Amino acid sequence: MALKASELSVGDTHAERLVEDLKRTQIVMYAGASGDYNPVHTDEVFTTQVAGYPSVFAHGMLTMGMTGKMLTNYVGDGRLTEYGVRFTNQVFPGDTLDATATVTEVADGIVALEVSTVNQNGVEVLKGTAKARVD
Amino acid sequence: MAVEKFPVEASHIMMFARSIGDGNPIYYDEEHAKGTEPGGIIAPPTFAQASAQFDPNHGLRPKIGGDGWFGSGGAPTGAKPRGERKSGGGGGGGGGLHAEQRFIYHRHMKPGDVLSATTRPGKTWEKQGRRSGKLVFSESVTEYRDSNGELVVTAIGVGVRTERPVDQG
Repeated sequence: MALKASELSVGDTHAERLVEDLKRTQIVMYAGASGDYNPVHTDEVFTTQVAGYPSVFAHGMLTMGMTGKMLTNYVGDGRLTEYGVRFTNQVFPGDTLDATATVTEVADGIVALEVSTVNQNGVEVLKGTAKARVD
Repeated sequence: MAVEKFPVEASHIMMFARSIGDGNPIYYDEEHAKGTEPGGIIAPPTFAQASAQFDPNHGLRPKIGGDGWFGSGGAPTGAKPRGERKSGGGGGGGGGLHAEQRFIYHRHMKPGDVLSATTRPGKTWEKQGRRSGKLVFSESVTEYRDSNGELVVTAIGVGVRTERPVDQG
């Protein structure tokens, strides 16, 4: 289901809950699938005693991947042409994340989106932009 | 990162999609995917990152027969991480983090693709951080090409090394 340019306006939004109470196991799954085995994501002993963080934390790319799900659900399969983010705060086990895409421009068959993902405290953990082909 | 051969496989796409909590059948169900606009299974938008699995020198994977691995075993940490992290962004050992990532899709990856990836360094810059001291950012640009040499995905990663762990709160 692709978006239609004629039905889009600047300021339109699409929002989805990405994850509720993020589990360490999901972070382990992401480590296994992506190949990023940095122990700061999966090894509580190392992360608290050596790396100096209160807990293991999610790969930024897991947050980007989950946020990508919201984007592809919105713009349709295979429609993204660009997707870029900054990781603005860490994501920890127990976090609940909500992502929003906001239309910033529709021109020449492309929709430009602003992307933001926030945690349960309203703190932005990811901020970015995306572009997708529209009909 | 230099990856000579990144074979894109359906089971890897399925596992990757599961790990990001994406149940879209276009990532695992060939029959469903045939009826979609792409006409077959494709990879989720951040799948290029999983090419690290095919980087023989990926610094964030314990190396078989290598000189050990950092992380807890009998002690809170074992060996120090090998070298610098090449793919994506941050570094190993708790001092490096992934700051930014951008993908440009020339087309979407699909099972059967055999890609190669070459990475060149981009800009580097410094900033004084409020919560983690001096920050050193470095960019890398990775081009994923198919067996015909056509560009599939361009990935721009920015890693940051922090002076100390990021203060919480």
